[in-house]
Amino acid sequence: MSLLLPHLMVVPIVLPLVAAALLLLLGEKRKRLKSVLNISATFAGLVVAATILRRVDGGAAFGEIGVYLASNWEAPFGIVLVADRLSALMLLLVGVVSFCAALYAEAAWARAGVYFHTLFQIQLMGLNGAFLTGDLFNLFVFFEVMLAASYGLHLHGSGWPRVRTGLHYIAVNLLASSLFLVGLAVLYGVTGTLSMADIAEKLTLVPASDHGLLHAGAAILAMAFLVKAAIWPLNAWLVPAYTATSAPVAALFALMTKVGIYALLRLGTLLFSADTGSATHFGRPVLLYGGLATIAFGVLGLMAALRLGRIAGFSIIVSSGTLLAALGVGAASVTSAALFYMLSATLSASVFFLLVELIERIGVDGQPQLRDVDVSPGEDTNLDDEEVPLVGRAFPISIALLGLAFMSCALLVAGLPPLSGFVAKFSLLTAVLSSEGGVRATANASMSSAGWMMLGLLLLSGLAATISLARAGIRHFWSTGGRFALRLKSVEAVAVLTLISACILLTVCAEPVMRYTSATAAGLHAPRSYIETVLSTKARPRPPQSALEREGSP
Amino acid sequence: MEAVLALVIGVFGGAGVWLVLRPRTFQVIIGLTLLSYGVNLFIFSMGSIFIDKPPIVKPGVAADLEHYTDPIPQSLVLTAIVIGFATTALFLVALIASRGLSGTDHVDGAREEP
Repeated sequence: MSLLLPHLMVVPIVLPLVAAALLLLLGEKRKRLKSVLNISATFAGLVVAATILRRVDGGAAFGEIGVYLASNWEAPFGIVLVADRLSALMLLLVGVVSFCAALYAEAAWARAGVYFHTLFQIQLMGLNGAFLTGDLFNLFVFFEVMLAASYGLHLHGSGWPRVRTGLHYIAVNLLASSLFLVGLAVLYGVTGTLSMADIAEKLTLVPASDHGLLHAGAAILAMAFLVKAAIWPLNAWLVPAYTATSAPVAALFALMTKVGIYALLRLGTLLFSADTGSATHFGRPVLLYGGLATIAFGVLGLMAALRLGRIAGFSIIVSSGTLLAALGVGAASVTSAALFYMLSATLSASVFFLLVELIERIGVDGQPQLRDVDVSPGEDTNLDDEEVPLVGRAFPISIALLGLAFMSCALLVAGLPPLSGFVAKFSLLTAVLSSEGGVRATANASMSSAGWMMLGLLLLSGLAATISLARAGIRHFWSTGGRFALRLKSVEAVAVLTLISACILLTVCAEPVMRYTSATAAGLHAPRSYIETVLSTKARPRPPQSALEREGSP
Repeated sequence: MEAVLALVIGVFGGAGVWLVLRPRTFQVIIGLTLLSYGVNLFIFSMGSIFIDKPPIVKPGVAADLEHYTDPIPQSLVLTAIVIGFATTALFLVALIASRGLSGTDHVDGAREEP
């Protein structure tokens, strides 16, 4: 075990890759074996992520920032994997969500096509790699791995709505990838390096005449991430795509918008913080006002949407907007609260997407599925006046379970007490209103008005989510539901309940989690130690010749 | 040479953006391909364009960018070409599926109004 410890950091990338290869070899027949392999590989990924997080937090084995030199090449020349608190947190989030999505998929969706499990694992590899890598071009490669798998997963199950939205989704992402490459090339042209830490280090050496080019490159790169993070004018693809795809895939896709947020946070703090760059607040207003516009758009969408899937999609947009605006404020305490919010929002969005499918089954079993247009019932169609008496009929346990899950999910999404959504929103508002760099401390009037706008929009988004979800709940549970014993498979129930209990755990353990996120934010806003740790990591000495011969190839 | 390269990238980019905004799926895929050509050339040009300076260190010549072309953009562009090609192929699959399911080549699958 101690021999493997230094290589622990590369496991989140290698494990899904090996699992995917094995799943491909197993062929079409051994369905049960494939399911077991997929779930156990995902669970192992979760355990590895938890181990990495414990090590990074404890600072025991490889310090607060773990650096893994791929092929033993030192930092500016080779590709490094870096696990700091933020990466470890994201890995853990991927672990939890993917485990539940994998469980849920076993109920039905995994059998809808041959290569579901393989694509699922490749998607995990792309996500984990994007969170771990410390090299800009490698980030692009992992983005593409993740996206290529997501194209396949999105089309999984086929059907016209999926193909139609998939076409748009792929086109938008291919365009974003082009932007990514252009931005990356400009940054390379200006700084002459691709290692993120090294770019940050070299920024002070960039002559003033090149600053325009540097900022243009950074802005183009940021556009690519903003498309992924679904900022307002660039997010028309999100709701149709996430609504059309299958439930476990949509739950996994809830993570994908967070990759954009992660990249913005990582590069934004690394390149343009007080520690390194000259332009300290570069791009912050764009993030702030773009985020606010995104929340406003999401609020309008929430109010307009009647189908549950669309409500879930717009709630993702609202959470993206909130995170972008919080990044735009740029104070460490706000970032810390935003990270907590991200955990809560991602978990609740995933569970929401799983629930959407389960709840819509009520509609499928009993009545024709609800349309997106409100068909208001006539005066004399009181649903309780139907022939069959309701009294004395047992209330199906599956409906009760589903109702409770939906209620807690609504509390989470709307940010009402007592669950973690409330804690997250409350701490975010507290940080925005009171922090250094928040509303009160800044003399800058525009900043302070933006802070108040954010406060208003956040509260408004909570109200909109409450109204929208209450309306949907009434339509699904009171007017049509409750009469049909819903067939709920145990894996589905376990997946949903695990995600909800993760949120409850997040609420109960809010204090240690907050301590962790504030340490994360402090590390992000003082990136000097990140840069120095990455650049000063030395290659391991060559093993002596005799040992080499004994082991065979090195 | 810089002017020619810049013009070519500009034409590729402009034509690509125009085609991507067109309503037919075939035009969109050609547009995306042209855009990726433009981007690849752009990455290539970031290594500063030299003729007759291969990145092979000769004895007696100082190993810096005054005397040699930067080899890294070339390797980057190679990776970018491969990835771009693969993802465009995936797009092609979705395109053909869309054509088969909707019976038209409109990006929204809507039949054209006469």
